[in-house]
Amino acid sequence: MKVRVLVSLKSGILDPQGKAVEQGLHGFDFQVDHVRIGRLIEMDLPAASAEDAKAQAQAMCDKLLVNPVMEKAVIEVLG
Amino acid sequence: MRVAVPVFPGSNCDHDALHACGTVMGWDTIPVWHQETALPANTDLVFVPGGFSYGDYLRCGAIAALSPIMGDIKRHAENGGLVFGVCNGFQILCEAHLLPGALLRNDTLRFIHKWVHLRVERNSLPFTSSLKAGQVICVPMAHAEGNYTLDEGGLADLEARNGVAFRYCDAAGAVGEDHTPNGAANAIAGITNLRGNVLGMMPHPERAVEAAMGGLDGLPIFQSLAAAFTKA
Repeated sequence: MKVRVLVSLKSGILDPQGKAVEQGLHGFDFQVDHVRIGRLIEMDLPAASAEDAKAQAQAMCDKLLVNPVMEKAVIEVLG
Repeated sequence: MRVAVPVFPGSNCDHDALHACGTVMGWDTIPVWHQETALPANTDLVFVPGGFSYGDYLRCGAIAALSPIMGDIKRHAENGGLVFGVCNGFQILCEAHLLPGALLRNDTLRFIHKWVHLRVERNSLPFTSSLKAGQVICVPMAHAEGNYTLDEGGLADLEARNGVAFRYCDAAGAVGEDHTPNGAANAIAGITNLRGNVLGMMPHPERAVEAAMGGLDGLPIFQSLAAAFTKA
């Protein structure tokens, strides 16, 4: 089953990468604000159901993929 | 005194640690490959060195924190053994939950390498007993992710339990945003765990232990450790 995990910085956590990209976009005269950059993790895993896939991905987030001090994650089961 | 220096793929300050502990201090200092599952027998101190373990993939220190050797390093810490993490070593200790918090990208967006002043906040530790509280030392820093962060409650707890060992400051010891090179919360450069046997710091005291290095201000930290072991 294909699962997508979107990891992003919690609100209030400084995102220097987002800030740098925002400055770059301003350089092209784009009117943007609050640019935040996250990390997209896609994977295939053996799962009997979408719930099972989600539970496995959640366990991976807890163990390694996410640092709860600064990050949060959204798990999407693509099927 | 026996020191173990775990070496991860991408560690590049392991030789600085080996030199400071082995050559300068004359301690029995042993590099330990990260795939090992046990520290050398009778290890007194684990020095987790700086570098870019696993290329900083995912998050700095995140993958190294899962290395086989980390299990025994955690056991060593739980048994009251001393663990000292510098730079990437500090990041690894945070990711391994041996220390609270996390190190974010510097707020300047840049890798910063320069000599910085640190104010000693706590000298009642085996790492700092040869320093005076309030003393200012000057040691090199060299990192892109040293912006210490912790949620508000955690930060208040850390301060309340006197867990901050070093803060960035100016030459006179004044602390403030202007003297914090990387945006770290409360100007935090180094912290300790509740028990005081694990210390992590971003700057590099092991790079200031011989006159030829340009400074000797890192030496008292190693002398503190020597004193801790003479006592024990």
